[in-house]
Amino acid sequence: MAEPILKVANIETYYGPIMAIRGVSCDVPHGGIVTILGANGAGKTTVLKTICGVMDPQKGSVIFEGREIQRMDPDKIMRLGIGHVPEGREVFPFLTVRENLRMGAYTRRDPDGVAQDLETVFGYFPVLKERADQRAGSLSGGEQQMLAISRALMARPRLMLLDEPSLGLSPKLVSEIFDIVVRINRERGVTILLVEQNANMALKVADFGYVLEVGRIVMADTCARLLEKEDIKEFYLGIKEQGARGQRRWKKRKTWR
Amino acid sequence: MATRATDPCGRTGRKLAIFLQLTLNGLAVGCIYGLVALGFVLIYKATELVNFAQGDLLMLGAFVTFMGVVWWELDYWVAFFIAIVVVSAFGALLDATVLRRVIGQPQFAVVMLTIGLGAMFRTFASVTWGSEIYTLPTPFSGVTVIGGVTLSHQYLSIVAGTLLLCGVLYAFFTHTRIGIAMQATSQNQLAAYYMGIPVKLIFSLIWAISAGTAVVAGVLLAPVTLIDINMGLAVALKAFAAAVLGGFGSIPGALVGGIIIGLIELYAGATLPEGFKDTAPYIVLLLMLAVRPQGLFGTLARKKV
Ligand SMILES: Nc1ncnc2c1ncn2[C@@H]1O[C@H](COP(=O)(O)OP(=O)(O)O)[C@@H](O)[C@H]1O
Ligand SMILES: [Mg+2]
Repeated sequence: MAEPILKVANIETYYGPIMAIRGVSCDVPHGGIVTILGANGAGKTTVLKTICGVMDPQKGSVIFEGREIQRMDPDKIMRLGIGHVPEGREVFPFLTVRENLRMGAYTRRDPDGVAQDLETVFGYFPVLKERADQRAGSLSGGEQQMLAISRALMARPRLMLLDEPSLGLSPKLVSEIFDIVVRINRERGVTILLVEQNANMALKVADFGYVLEVGRIVMADTCARLLEKEDIKEFYLGIKEQGARGQRRWKKRKTWR
Repeated sequence: MATRATDPCGRTGRKLAIFLQLTLNGLAVGCIYGLVALGFVLIYKATELVNFAQGDLLMLGAFVTFMGVVWWELDYWVAFFIAIVVVSAFGALLDATVLRRVIGQPQFAVVMLTIGLGAMFRTFASVTWGSEIYTLPTPFSGVTVIGGVTLSHQYLSIVAGTLLLCGVLYAFFTHTRIGIAMQATSQNQLAAYYMGIPVKLIFSLIWAISAGTAVVAGVLLAPVTLIDINMGLAVALKAFAAAVLGGFGSIPGALVGGIIIGLIELYAGATLPEGFKDTAPYIVLLLMLAVRPQGLFGTLARKKV
């Protein structure tokens, strides 16, 4: 197999004295979609923050396109080609949608390419074009998520980190957004690392998945095979024995929609 | 309300003239408070630091201009320009060397630090330029009389200068890439990092702009209050009140707050007994905060930087 675009090796990350990530390793192959599943508090966001440079790991390494990036500043890592769609969207609330997108292209110096990409993201999410001159803070949660994805795309990243894009959105919106994520991956060749609690959606779009529990990877397999595993069905999809006894084991469900 | 009723020739026309004059002067003084308040707000919105040395940057700007005009016999505008450049650069340097280290520290540490820096600037000024009171010769010494209203050019120049500066800043913050990036950084620092915006450089630029704004305020104010090492203190205190009145964090609020405080001060000085001139703005502030604790433009109306 070819060298992965991103290789995370044995990282340990702390919040003060609290060890949040306890030796996580994962590979993201060129052009693939990889997902990391985990319940609330498992450490998914911390893994992404460690990759994008907002947090430094105490141990381990993060290698992007053959280069160690684990101690670099986030703006530098971003310039290397890693886009980040953070948890909670983090749009600039008092800037317009268009200004937000322009900020996504802040590091670029090719106005023609930027204008072209603006049209591309408006093509992916036509609602953003309608709201182009509205303040981002006035958008709905789903629209803000679309904006956050588009804003990251404006930098033309080769790897995009997505932190729970489905959080707080209706199932219909979630599948709409995931369709676009897949298109971005296929059409623009952007490699995707998707972190999710919503295992159902994530396993459908991704090729390979990791399961994170309390800061450790406890399972790693192709998504097709993960979907068949009893533990995954029970803890992440909440479908075990459903129907057999005519009751949903709702107490065991980990994902609330 | 604008003039004492004992005036023997108290015809309404004359009263009106005095009222208009007071209004112009109040507006002008208010513009100065507004500009200094703007400096407070810009820095606070971006870095969450409150810079109590803002008034002393104003004083430094006035002194550098004075030194250029009187000691080196430079043209007023040249000296003014040099002062803006020098003090802005100093503001940026201050951020890059000292203040960056205290971001995220408890507010009282920051407050103490900036108060201390202000005291150092005053000491530096008294050693360098002396502690007398100086007059800055300006091109704005004349008056224009329109229909019995005497408009002094000193005050007119303050209002015009403030309008011009605000226009330039507005255009900069809304129409340039770096200006919009400053707004973005003020609104969400983490997301700014994710966009590859050089956040630290942006902070230094914001300090430079705040310091430059203080210089403009100081030089415009110099003919009115004269120049001395303590000129920034009283102004900064009122400007701080103006920023709070406007809802600390709102730029239009800072300017409107400044103008309100300037007008109250002048009207109170003309109509109320001695001593109320300096108290009235705080009384109004107190009443306003009791009714609307978030300030005039607080929370909801925040928009620019
Ligand atoms: N700022 C923080 N300070 C201290 N502990 C934190 C902080 N953020 C997260 N944690 C802890 O780190 C662990 C992982 O958090 P996080 O990465 O946010 O999980 P997830 O994104 O999977 O919900 C949790 O136990 C959480 O309590
Ligand atoms: Mg999270």
